[in-house]
Amino acid sequence: MHDASAHNQVAHHAPPTSFIRKHVFSLDHKVIGKQYYGLALVAVLVGMALSWLMRIHLGWTNFAIPGLHLLSKNGAPGNVMTPEFYLQLMTMHATIMVFFVLTTAPFAAFGNYFLPIQVGAEDMPFPHFNMMSFWVTFVAFLVLVSSFFVGQGPTLGGWTQYAPLSALGEVTGPGQGSGVVLWAISIAMFCVGQLLGSLNFITTTLDMRTRGMSLWRLPLSSWSWFITSCMGLTAFAVLMPACILLILDHVAGTSFFAPGGSVINDQVQPHSGGSTLLWQHLFWFFGHPEVYIAIVPGMGIVSHVLVTNMRKPMLSHRVLVYSFGALAVLSYMVYGHHMFVSGMNPVSSLAFSFPTLIITIPSTVIVLIWLGSLYGAKLRINAASLFSLGFISMFIAGGVSGFFLAQPSTDIMLHATYFVVGHFHMVMGVAAMFGIFAGTYFWFPKMFGRMMNETLGRIHFWFSFVGAYAIFMPFHYLGMAGNVRRYQAFTPDYMQPLVPLHQFITIAALVTGVAQLVFLYNLFHSRFWGKPASDNPWQATSLEWSTPTTPPPHNNFGDKLPEVYHDPYQYGVESSLGDYVMQASPEQVKTVHDEA
Amino acid sequence: MAKFFAITILVIAILSAIPILRHTWWMAEDISTHGAPIDEQMSETMAEAGISFLASQFILAFFIWKFSNPRPGEKIKNFPGGAKAMVWAAVLLVGTEVLALGVFGAKAWANVYFTPPSSSAMPVQVQSGQFAFYFRYPGPDGKFAPIHPELISESTQNFYGLDTNNDPDAKDDIVTAEMAIPVNREIHLLMHSKDVGHSFFVPELRVQQDFVPGLDLSLHFTATKVGRYEIVCTQLCGLGHYNMKAYLSVLSQQDFDDWMKKEAAMQ
Repeated sequence: MHDASAHNQVAHHAPPTSFIRKHVFSLDHKVIGKQYYGLALVAVLVGMALSWLMRIHLGWTNFAIPGLHLLSKNGAPGNVMTPEFYLQLMTMHATIMVFFVLTTAPFAAFGNYFLPIQVGAEDMPFPHFNMMSFWVTFVAFLVLVSSFFVGQGPTLGGWTQYAPLSALGEVTGPGQGSGVVLWAISIAMFCVGQLLGSLNFITTTLDMRTRGMSLWRLPLSSWSWFITSCMGLTAFAVLMPACILLILDHVAGTSFFAPGGSVINDQVQPHSGGSTLLWQHLFWFFGHPEVYIAIVPGMGIVSHVLVTNMRKPMLSHRVLVYSFGALAVLSYMVYGHHMFVSGMNPVSSLAFSFPTLIITIPSTVIVLIWLGSLYGAKLRINAASLFSLGFISMFIAGGVSGFFLAQPSTDIMLHATYFVVGHFHMVMGVAAMFGIFAGTYFWFPKMFGRMMNETLGRIHFWFSFVGAYAIFMPFHYLGMAGNVRRYQAFTPDYMQPLVPLHQFITIAALVTGVAQLVFLYNLFHSRFWGKPASDNPWQATSLEWSTPTTPPPHNNFGDKLPEVYHDPYQYGVESSLGDYVMQASPEQVKTVHDEA
Repeated sequence: MAKFFAITILVIAILSAIPILRHTWWMAEDISTHGAPIDEQMSETMAEAGISFLASQFILAFFIWKFSNPRPGEKIKNFPGGAKAMVWAAVLLVGTEVLALGVFGAKAWANVYFTPPSSSAMPVQVQSGQFAFYFRYPGPDGKFAPIHPELISESTQNFYGLDTNNDPDAKDDIVTAEMAIPVNREIHLLMHSKDVGHSFFVPELRVQQDFVPGLDLSLHFTATKVGRYEIVCTQLCGLGHYNMKAYLSVLSQQDFDDWMKKEAAMQ
């Protein structure tokens, strides 16, 4: 807890007057949050369009997609995708989705907008770093997309960029020269943006809380952003130097990731002494925490949305926070499960297997706390709560398939198959997207002062929920049958009977994708013509609903920062407002849960 | 709406489980001596994951059905046992599950990786490269000649970079594009990559192992059923990754000897 007047001097900056400082190079965390959301929105549309192209190709390999040649002069002769262009689209789809959507929207966008408000601050402590964090990320996105138009196009090495495929240059395939370098520059820049953002998030949480806002009074969304930023600080700090070393292998003649004696096109490559497994260790030391960087904010957002719509507190606020923390700590001890068959010492595989199995315990605790909290609730059904409940269903479905991939013995059969693709799409892709949707439907009124259309929101939910299961559950079946991932066509004889299932998935993906346009329409239409929102349309309790105006003013709370009197989720009480009491309200009520 | 949602969750959960229960899409038949514990582990994991999946989805659906649209004036209720019950349930149920899976899974893994090949195992070398596997048998002298990367040449079909002019050990080495092995004979597979990462996956043999440039790795296995199977690459290796495959013929000892003679004559 801190004296409100003390940090007034730290973060204070006057409201901007020029268009550029107000909307472009803004220091306001709310504008930066919206900028991150806009970037994620553009990125998700690009990523989804790429997935459509891939899915059409996987269902009907020789299908000519009208206009495809416009994307690549060599990649689509006669509008039919070449094998290398498929891999390039796949790599870009995954990179864009993992970094610029799943990391950007739930963490950087919502976190930027709402963390300072939920802790009761007027901004983040380092607004210039915050602005820099967004713009570095924005340029990183441009650099990544620019690789479509440079040399032989983007890299085809997958978002994991395993060496030495990624380290030897154009000789290993189209896009493996300039495409890899641009990929690595983009990701290194992205890491800088996230490191700056994480520093801001951590200091905001620790140093900027208003009077009365103890750590245990932070809403679950704020806890999830805080824990995620701690993960981000350590994970991105490892990926960034790894990317720099990869760039040096290309431009400075080093051999960090390229061993000696590699022969390509009958030529011995001019490298020696590098380690290909070194890249995998560095990448997955980042890569597995990244899974939790994508999903923990979703867990926090969904908890925050659900608790409001259940009209009762969580079964235990603290157990949820401890479980988020346990996920974060364990996420660094499990990364080797991506490398069971990599040639790593088989004893290490067992050492990585046990923590991977153990991480299911905090995940199960989280799910059981959600389920136990639903018991006896007065559940409101709306687009935000539907997506939150859908998140739980999807997280369970994707989570249980983790049991198979956590064990080296079963991983022998499932590694690098569609089972893995189904698992991570459900647990960190769709679930995280549902978290983003839940957050959008819930917070949109506060961000833009207008309500989103509820009917369109529900239509969007039904297509997304049923569609996601129709797409990703069959991925598990394909994996069980040995369908290898990252194939542009299924040439092995035993995969031929699986093609009809791929065609079913493609149709489901196209329909589900079209339903996302309903969301897009709703977002833009509501932004300008939506029903005006009141200051607290959901009868919620946390500080973002106590701002003097909606959307909040430049300094969030006007002349006086709020003082906090209650735990974050005091629902099911009797107060002058009804069944809830707001954190900033001094009204004394008899509470159901008082953990603080 | 809430009740419809609850029913949808139930229907999806049941529909998702049916192909699993019916093995509509399932693992290929096991033809290895080490595969049974892996299959058993897979089935046990499927049972535990399946029960967890169905039970959790049913509870979610039931609670959505029961606790939405409350009557006016209805009070919220707390879950009997509170959070402690949930934490204990997770620790005990999942902890036991994790321990059981961990211990038995470790045994299945150790079965493959912690037992060295027997001294009578037949050595076969496999080299991966963009986008083909090549196999090498040591020939009558039982020795693999050293590899010279600078001599590797696709155009002269010297796939292994053997110095056949000066190295007597290289003269009898047999290099093939298809792998053949005798049935019920342990194979010691010596693996290396000549360029980038690849992988060796034969679903029926219950083996999958990456090739790591710069590292010599090995596998050992025994095939128990005569037949023709596919070896596929599972590690993204470039534009021809999807097409990187080879056939594995498991032959009777007599057929294998005949095949070997034929291949030796063609070198």
